[in-house]
Amino acid sequence: MHEENDDILEQVTTSEYKYGFVTDIEADEAPRGLSEDTVRFISAKKNEPEWMLQNRLKAYRHWLTMEEPKWPNVSYPAINYQDIIYYSAPKQKIAPDSLDDIDPELRKTFDKLGISLNEQKRLTGIAVDAVIDSVSVATTFKEELSKVGVIFCSMSEAIQEHPELIKKYLGSVVPATDNFFTALNAAVFSDGSFCYIPKGVRCPMELSTYFRINAANTGQFERTLIVAEDESYVSYLEGCTAPMRDENQLHAAVVELVAMEKAEIKYSTVQNWYPGDKEGKGGIYNFVTKRGICAGNYSKISWTQVETGSSITWKYPSVILKGDHSTGEFYSVAVTNNCQQADTGTKMIHLGKNTKSRIVSKGISAGRSHNSYRGLVDVAKNASNARNFSQCDSLLLGDRCGAHTFPYIEVKNNTAMVEHEATTSKIGEDQIFYCNQRGIDTETAVALIINGFAKEVMNQLPMEFAVEAQKLLAISLEGSVG
Amino acid sequence: MLKIVNLQARIEEKEILKGINLEIKPGEVHAIMGPNGSGKSTLASVLAGREDYEVTGGSVNFLGKDLLELSPEDRAKEGLFLAFQYPVEIPGVSTTNFIKTAVNEKRKYQGLEPLDAAQFLKIMKEKMKLVEIDQSLLSRSLNEGFSGGEKKRNEIFQMAMLEPKLAILDETDSGLDIDALRIVANGVNQLRSKDKAFLVVTHYQRLLDYIVPDFVHVLYNGRIVRSGTKELALELEEKGYDFIKAEVEKELA
Ligand SMILES: Nc1ncnc2c1ncn2[C@@H]1O[C@H](COP(=O)(O)OP(=O)(O)OP(=O)(O)O)[C@@H](O)[C@H]1O
Ligand SMILES: [Mg+2]
Repeated sequence: MHEENDDILEQVTTSEYKYGFVTDIEADEAPRGLSEDTVRFISAKKNEPEWMLQNRLKAYRHWLTMEEPKWPNVSYPAINYQDIIYYSAPKQKIAPDSLDDIDPELRKTFDKLGISLNEQKRLTGIAVDAVIDSVSVATTFKEELSKVGVIFCSMSEAIQEHPELIKKYLGSVVPATDNFFTALNAAVFSDGSFCYIPKGVRCPMELSTYFRINAANTGQFERTLIVAEDESYVSYLEGCTAPMRDENQLHAAVVELVAMEKAEIKYSTVQNWYPGDKEGKGGIYNFVTKRGICAGNYSKISWTQVETGSSITWKYPSVILKGDHSTGEFYSVAVTNNCQQADTGTKMIHLGKNTKSRIVSKGISAGRSHNSYRGLVDVAKNASNARNFSQCDSLLLGDRCGAHTFPYIEVKNNTAMVEHEATTSKIGEDQIFYCNQRGIDTETAVALIINGFAKEVMNQLPMEFAVEAQKLLAISLEGSVG
Repeated sequence: MLKIVNLQARIEEKEILKGINLEIKPGEVHAIMGPNGSGKSTLASVLAGREDYEVTGGSVNFLGKDLLELSPEDRAKEGLFLAFQYPVEIPGVSTTNFIKTAVNEKRKYQGLEPLDAAQFLKIMKEKMKLVEIDQSLLSRSLNEGFSGGEKKRNEIFQMAMLEPKLAILDETDSGLDIDALRIVANGVNQLRSKDKAFLVVTHYQRLLDYIVPDFVHVLYNGRIVRSGTKELALELEEKGYDFIKAEVEKELA
């Protein structure tokens, strides 16, 4: 690891958003704006069964009655929901049978992103389901996975091929009515990933989805569902990038996880959406609802997130600890620089007996950014012997940024043990000078210090992604000190 | 190797160095003594390139280069090392990883390949013996929770790893027990060679029993007011600084 650390530090060279290129692919778009017709258009485009259309319409009608949440510690101009294009599919002449049939422009995009959909990934043992704008373009490794009975496919395909599973689980953890953005997502989601691990199976490889917003003025509303049956295990990673655009783009995704008895789901995110420029122009509004349920006894769900992008991040990956002896974990690094705003954290809902949760949140703020941790630990009346440990650390670079911590604790059972620790520190000039005196320049010193600060979380990431994530941390903070 | 001519520096409008002259040749060990607040650490910081201090006059030549023109990291990579009087703590960064980064940054500057883990470990093992430092200390976060003595020993260890041409030791002896003092002095003595030089800031003659200096200077009120051989240190030990202060005041009057 040390060595990789050093390599990463060496590679840190430029401070501009590196993934900001636009792919020129003819898009197949929905008309601008949102109405029942838009919902019908999307559903028809995807050739969906009637029940799915009805679900969407119900969600849409409910959405009309809702209001955008105002409680997060973020501020932004009002979003005009009639000015968004809700569906944009890269035009493909024919459905691709193999990877070779994919639009070369699209392939180039993947190459620039550093994800190859071919043998390279076989070597690293990652199955990738890539989502560009709204449609899942290619799913690799399907065959190998199907040998052990693992289903890993796009959400559209799952709706066609596995309607029973989708009917049973989609919306079971995050109902459409949950909040403003989940209702919106349930009405207009265009694609996403579905993953099903049968009983007793340890998924033989890391599963990965790469999201990318390409077309102008498109919101990306993807939907992910992972179901892990009894005694199964899966590790899943989502990585996100977006091209540079002047206007803000909305991203309102929903992720649902279901872990049955003794099952374990590890969900890691490296989020690097375009953060906007130095003055705060452009960037992604990342309003995401992620929730998992430990449905079975002795099950475990672990969220790890490295959030470096987006102009505004609003997300609280949560775990409902329903099964007895179940465990929920949340490991987070959130970096904000320039004018970025992040309001992120988790909810741990203890319902079963002897449930445990662990929260480790590391916020790093620089520039004029604002970084808030907001977390809820809720212990229900019957949840005896619940344990929670929360650690929320903030690191400030410079004195124009802000760090805030909002821990909410609701304990209704007196056998619970809930611990909360919080610290705020600053990268000191003394520390930087000490590094300088050892021949380490300021950029490298900052990277070293923040990676040290975030280590506990970074260690949770699968190896391959830890390297990229460390690189991202360093890149997103370049130019913020000295 | 190092030539300081009429160096003046201030911090926040306060004049601290008021014209320092000092020349150090390869292989030499110079000791600087002087009462608290006389400007010893300031001199060390200015040489290392700390930005808080404003150089208002004079020049410093280091191995043929204008030292004051170089960034602090380039000074380090040119071979200047400062063992801090108060080493800082950097939580989360392991001492080993920190030193490895430093060593490889220097190698990069010199156009050398970075050391891989095995090579690095081998060198580290050798140097650990030299300063009798424990592996467990090096796995911990840099200086975090280290005792005063451990911090100082870690400074000397880093010096051994980085092999500087000129090492400035700012009161590395204070806070050390007798054994640690001997170990640190031994470390320095083993690193002494005809192409390396040391500038040792200390309050105590005791250290100079172990690290025998070629020259001793007394810094008082921002100036070097006396220079001599190791006997000067003995004289100071015996008489204190008062006699020098008195002489200086008389000269000024
Ligand atoms: N940031 C600062 N602001 C104002 N005065 C300062 C600052 N830093 C140092 N000084 C002053 O500069 C003078 C020299 O300090 P310096 O640390 O160089 O002394 P020293 O000789 O190393 O003393 P000691 O033997 O106690 O370590 C002192 O009077 C000190 O108070
Ligand atoms: Mg001092």
